[in-house]
Amino acid sequence: MIEPVKHVEIALSDVTQFIYHEARLQDEHEYDAWEELWADDGIYWIPSGGGGGDPESEMSLVYDNRSRIGLRIRQLNSGKRHSQSPRSRLCRVISNIEIVGTEKDAIRVVANALVFESNSRGETLWPARYEYLLRRVDGDLRMSLKKVLLVNNDKPLHTLSFLI
Amino acid sequence: MGAIENTSNWTELIRPEHVHGSVYTNQAIFQAELEKIWYRTWVYVGHVSEIPEPNDFVLKSIGPQPVIMTRDDKGEIHLLQNRCTHRGAEVCQKTKGSAKSFTCPYHAWNFANDGELRGFPYPSGYEGVDKKKLALARVPRVDTYKGFIFGSMAADGPTLIDHLGAASEALDRLVMTSPKGEVEITAGFLQHKVQANWKLVVENETDGYHPKFVHASIFSVADSKIGELYGEESTAVTRCLGNGHTENDLRPEFRRRGTPLSWFGTSVDKLPDYVSRMQAAYGSAKANEIMIDGTPHIMIFPNLFIAEIQMFVIQPISVDETVQHVTALQFKGASDLNRRMRQQTMGSVGSAGFLLADDAEMYERTQRGLNARNPEWLFLGRGKHREHQDEQGFLVGNVTDDIASRGIWEHYLSLMKDGETQ
Repeated sequence: MIEPVKHVEIALSDVTQFIYHEARLQDEHEYDAWEELWADDGIYWIPSGGGGGDPESEMSLVYDNRSRIGLRIRQLNSGKRHSQSPRSRLCRVISNIEIVGTEKDAIRVVANALVFESNSRGETLWPARYEYLLRRVDGDLRMSLKKVLLVNNDKPLHTLSFLI
Repeated sequence: MGAIENTSNWTELIRPEHVHGSVYTNQAIFQAELEKIWYRTWVYVGHVSEIPEPNDFVLKSIGPQPVIMTRDDKGEIHLLQNRCTHRGAEVCQKTKGSAKSFTCPYHAWNFANDGELRGFPYPSGYEGVDKKKLALARVPRVDTYKGFIFGSMAADGPTLIDHLGAASEALDRLVMTSPKGEVEITAGFLQHKVQANWKLVVENETDGYHPKFVHASIFSVADSKIGELYGEESTAVTRCLGNGHTENDLRPEFRRRGTPLSWFGTSVDKLPDYVSRMQAAYGSAKANEIMIDGTPHIMIFPNLFIAEIQMFVIQPISVDETVQHVTALQFKGASDLNRRMRQQTMGSVGSAGFLLADDAEMYERTQRGLNARNPEWLFLGRGKHREHQDEQGFLVGNVTDDIASRGIWEHYLSLMKDGETQ
């Protein structure tokens, strides 16, 4: 049942707390705990080629439905994902968190992220704009969309095998 | 080491079962490859479906150099160097679009999309100057096979058909996956950058030894039958097609299964529309054959890799940097198949791909490993004792053998030696 927009009242402090928590789980490779942050209809989307065109017709770096998110997590948990063995050392800064709208029973949130990655290849900065659709499921915030618009996604990119 | 790194001493560096580590790390060798391979032989540039209409253009490359691939208003295809003939500025910044001409933003020289210089401001300052001599540089030879556009920076040399040789048959097979007989490249490219020499990428594409180990993670958690194609017990073979072209021929395994669309991990009941279009186009028996055999897995030297459901274009940037441009293959008249092609390709390849992230990891670890100077040689002798000629006279071996690498290096040696006395 879709609730009217007026009932979607989620405090910015709750949203901020959720996004910081998600960031820490990603930085610390807490894969299973991160997977629990997804709603059943979750879409994890990292567009390519400049904008965020239509992922149904254009190639994206990642365009995972909920089941493919699960597959991604199982691959990381297999211990044989060479590009994450050893794991990247990560530290990300999230800022400019802003609730920009509501959509059905969800709120639309944008934020800026700067992720520093250190691995055996070298050191890489991943600058991105995040866009979330968040909604409450049994009282807890859950992601039904996380879109990661890398600032340089129109250029050749290094391997990106950690969770961004 | 000094003597052996002499870049003209090619037969010393490349031996029948060994190659010297410096071929992947030496700056002078990379420069020599640009001259003797990338700016000489036929290099894949783009596909006709990327510039379908008159005046369409798209930015592409030949090796590290950018080229503008255009279709002029008469429909003819040109490969132009993106460099103003005045002072050298790039004339085109957009990655694709439609334009009858390109105006250099520096001094407003204007070039038609076939390269001709149309005009410049204040022409009285150019009295007696022949505009014909100031056209954008054109890649001297452009040719197309089944919609795949190749360019050669050399004015003379073997024709494209001669260069493709037996590899052309794989492209013939590929387009028949479409009920209309055409491939379309319309889904856009991922650009995956690796800190590794381009030849490590090329050799890996038809190396049937690595999948079980490099891709163990995804094979262990996904319901994938790819892994079993690449075991020593597999009936698939690796084949050298000449001119450096190599393939993993998986058809023996698919024919053993005998199930249409098994090659794509699906079945006829999942793609009824596609199946009926194929039957209408080719007849039931031939359609069945095509759908059992599947698409090729072929590395067309030096830069076009057709990997069943996707296409990679390999671009060398420097001795230790390579970009793989990758997109899902799309088949005209097969929208339900194409959707799955895109979904599977996005999952598999590119920077975050279930498969390619780990291939890239191996390219980069190898590049770093080669900084250690001993042992000097890489050993590519696996399966030498069991390679043999097939009924068509091509060298084949077990799918896990190093036969493809040996075929690539043999051709490489012939190109690098060409014109030198040894």
